[in-house]
This record gives sequence, C-alpha cells and structure tokens, in this order.
Amino acid sequence: METNGVGGSAADMSRILSELETLKTAKNDIDRRISALEAQLRDTTNIQDKNDTVSNGSCPLISAVHSNINHDLTPDSVYRYSRHLLLPSFGVQGQSNLLKSSILVIGAGGLGSPALLYLAACGVGRLGIVDHDVVELNNMHRQVIHTEAYIGQPKVKSAAATCRSINSTVQIVEYQEALRTSNALEILSQYDIVVDATDNAPSRYMISDCCVVLGKPLVSGAALGLEGQLTVYNYNGGPCYRCLFPTPPPTSACQRCSDSGVLGVVPGIIGCLQALEAIKIAGAVGEPLSGRMLLFDALSARIRIVKIRGRSSQCEVCGENSAFTQQQFKNFDYEKFTQAPLSTLPVKLNLLPEDSRISSKEYKEKIDNGEAHVLVDVRPEHHFKIVSLPNSINIPLASLEVRLPEISKALKEEDNSGSGASLYVVCRRGNDSQRAVQCLQKMGFNSARDIIGGLESWGHDVDPNFPTY
Amino acid sequence: MDVTDREIKTKNAECKPAENKGSSVQIKVLFFARARDLTGLTELPLELSSGSTAQDCLNKLVARFPSLEEILGSMVLALNEEYTNESVIVQDKDELALIPPISGG
Repeated sequence: METNGVGGSAADMSRILSELETLKTAKNDIDRRISALEAQLRDTTNIQDKNDTVSNGSCPLISAVHSNINHDLTPDSVYRYSRHLLLPSFGVQGQSNLLKSSILVIGAGGLGSPALLYLAACGVGRLGIVDHDVVELNNMHRQVIHTEAYIGQPKVKSAAATCRSINSTVQIVEYQEALRTSNALEILSQYDIVVDATDNAPSRYMISDCCVVLGKPLVSGAALGLEGQLTVYNYNGGPCYRCLFPTPPPTSACQRCSDSGVLGVVPGIIGCLQALEAIKIAGAVGEPLSGRMLLFDALSARIRIVKIRGRSSQCEVCGENSAFTQQQFKNFDYEKFTQAPLSTLPVKLNLLPEDSRISSKEYKEKIDNGEAHVLVDVRPEHHFKIVSLPNSINIPLASLEVRLPEISKALKEEDNSGSGASLYVVCRRGNDSQRAVQCLQKMGFNSARDIIGGLESWGHDVDPNFPTY
Repeated sequence: MDVTDREIKTKNAECKPAENKGSSVQIKVLFFARARDLTGLTELPLELSSGSTAQDCLNKLVARFPSLEEILGSMVLALNEEYTNESVIVQDKDELALIPPISGG
C-alpha cells in the first residue's frame, strides 16, 4: 500500500474529507437533476413525435398515424427493445409482459450486480433493490454494478444510479435497509417475482418462506469459491427452499465469500442466469428452472442440471398440512433457526477471560519493549501468504494440537533471560485465536493469550498501512 | 431428508428388480460445495456389494471422511442427475452426487 501524501495534518485531512463529501453530495444532486431533465426531454420528444405527422427523415420511429400497431409499446420502446421484438420466441408479447412486470432483487452484491444490470437493461417495468450494506474496495472485483466513486456509499444508491443510467424508463425502487421478518412481507408483496441474491443462510430461509406465504416465484442463486447453484423455487408446483433443505446446515458448513473467497466472475455468471430466469418468468416464455437445479463448476467448466424433488407434502412451510401464516412468518426467528446472523457482520466470539487477552496496541508495546515472546498465527496457510506480522509462526488452528512441540521449541529459543517467553496467538479477526488459546491452555500453555480483534485490529489501531483483506 | 415421500421416482427404482450380475458394483460419487472442502475431492470411485443402498454408500463415505457427518442432514442427494433418497439401491456405473447448499453471493 502506498502512504498518503506527506505533511498533511489531521485537520487538513478532515477538511479535505468533508469538502469531498459536500462536493460528492452536490454532484449526485446535479446528476439526479440531469437525469430527470433528460427523461422529461425524452417524454416531450415522444409526444411531439406522436403528434407530428410529418416525418423528419432521420427518425426511424413508426408514426402511429400511418401504422397499424396492435400493442402498447411506445415508439421509443420499439426501438430500444427491437432485438427482443425480433426474437420470434420472445417478440412483442414477451416484451410487453416484461414492461408490465415488477421484480425485486434482494442483495446488490456479487449476484445482484449482474442480475440488476440485465433486468434494468431488458425493460422490466418496476425494479426493486434491497441492501443495507455500503460499497467497499474489496467488493469491486465481482460487484460490477458499482464504481469506485461509490466506495463508502450505500450499495442500493450506487446500484440504482447505474440502473437508471442504463435505462431511465424503468422505475427503480430503493430499499436501503436490511430485509427482516418485520419488513419482508410488505416489500415482497409489491412485486411479481423475487430474486434472492443474498449471501447468508438465514436470509435464504426467510426469503423462501416469505415467497411461499405470498405465493411469489423465487429465483434463487448462490455462489462461493468456484461453484454456483441456481434454481427457481415455489413456482409451477415446484419445491420451496425448505422442501430441499428442511434442516439448515450447521454454521460451520455455511461459508461466506468474505471467509472462503470467490472468483469474481462466478457470481457474475450465476447472477446473469438469475436475470435470465426472472426474464423468462416475467415474459412468460420458455421453461423455467423449476424442479431442477443448475450446478456450475468453474474449474472444470461443467454445468450439470440435476432434477430435484417436487414440492414435499410434508414441508413445514409449503406442505399440505402446513399452516404457516403471515403472522407466524413475522414471529419466526431465522437467526436462531440457522444459528447464523442475518447481517453480513462477522461474528465476534468472546470465549476467554480478560486476563487471557491482549489488545493489538498492547502487543505493539510489548514488541517495542523488546519483550521475549512467540507469536503464533493460527490462520490457514493461504491466508498467511497474503500478509503476516513479522516474526510470527504459522500454525493453522486445524493442526495446532499436533504441532505443539514447535511452539515449545520456539518458546525455549526466545527465552534469553530464563524468566520465560510469553506466548501470543493471532488470527484474522480474533475468533480462531481464542479457540487456539483455549486449546493451548488445556494443553498446559497457561500463559497463552490472544490478540483481541486479530490482524484486523492491528491494521485498524496500530498500523494503518498493514494490508487488510 | 424425508424418505416417506411417495413421489420419488428414479431410473433405478423403476428397474429395481434388476438381476445382480456380480457380487459388487462400482459407482462414482460426486462431491459439490462443502462436500468438496471436507473430502478434498470432486469425485471418488466407490465399490459396494451389489444390492447396496445410497445410505450404505453414505455410511462408507462417512467412515472414510468422518467430517462429512456435518452435512449429512442438509444436502440434496442425486442419483444419475435425479433427486433420490437414501433407500434407493445403487447399480453398477451409477453416479451419486452429494449436493449441500451454497449460501454465498
């Protein structure tokens, strides 16, 4: 990482930041006004075109007076969507259905980005976007709807601006909030089709249940690492998410992109396929991916389509004897059910007593004072390769127990004074380090302490130039 | 997964009274998502005595990869690209896929 400009005082920094903020707000305001005026201008031109019986020669639009039009597409729409209209299997009817449809995309991240781009471009009548997060630099490699200028700003705002810039004729509705049982019914009920582009298990159960209760088709996509999954739930007698997965996977099995990584283009592909399925349902064309699941394997370049079960008569939500009502939905605790948080915030464990812990600032002081110590980094090896603290030894948590002799040896080597070297444990965010300390203390390393908040807090509180990931 | 559902239809179930030619069958197990992480494999050839069920196959897999236990209760099981349940009898050259859900995005 590069260092910031030299010589700037804190006061200068804050003045620049606040001026930037003011200017950006003003710029957004101006952009919005420009967009609104442009739309107004287009509308006025359209009306003039319609009233104008004399062709201006260059205009390819059809004049209503001289043509026989049996549909409700405006001349502008005919031109904009002409490649759709030229498709015999989609045509005027498909486009007209699309223009009248409303689609809600939940999540404006890796899946939602491409889905929203295509849904806006294709001319859905009304497009809703739900997200509570802000754009971050480490989103940019896959969340292609956002631009660097929006870093730090709400994803909904950024996504909506891009959608409007692609197609100003689509009505974009922004929901800058987390989807919860308290607002889900009200939001989802206003749309024909729901696209699940979220990144966590509780949201997936909640959205599926809500779609069952409201009778909405759900286009569900997921991506992680180099794999993707796609299916349409609760449509044409097909199953819901719970028919397939009545029992949520244990927390350990639910990985996030922020922990396990994801190749940017993988959610891109799945998100595009989600847009495709939503367009097929909205346009009433083709055969939707209901009762089938598409499995995408990026490494081997394979797409498999597996026939999945039909609706389960025993399903607790959509089954024959289920009495899952809107009220039950509102009261259902999805975080408890899946043992996982709805928000994308990483879990912060608190397993150790205070005297077994040390802050990153305190650890820095120990280094500065030249205290004899050993620092064990318990992250997986490929994390260690990204960045690590000087003089730390990498012993991944999974192999900690079998590699205890290495720690004993390192402690002996460090112990110059004979009064013993301290043992500190660090990880990425300060959860695994606590687990490691628990394990170490059990195995007789009583002085083991973890660094609270891990490398993330080191980057935050001690060394702002320390790379975070 | 519920095994009581009547609507389950697989190719194997239909040709169930198939004659057992040998004493063992060779199938291919496909791992997806978390199952890949836990086994470190994308696929695995597996030999089973003929007449074995998908459940027998899972038992054998868990014996070899104990950590697979974690996802057994929450995954889709597919035989030759079609949804199946644990009680179905596997045939020679069948492909059994373990498909846990992905929730990332």
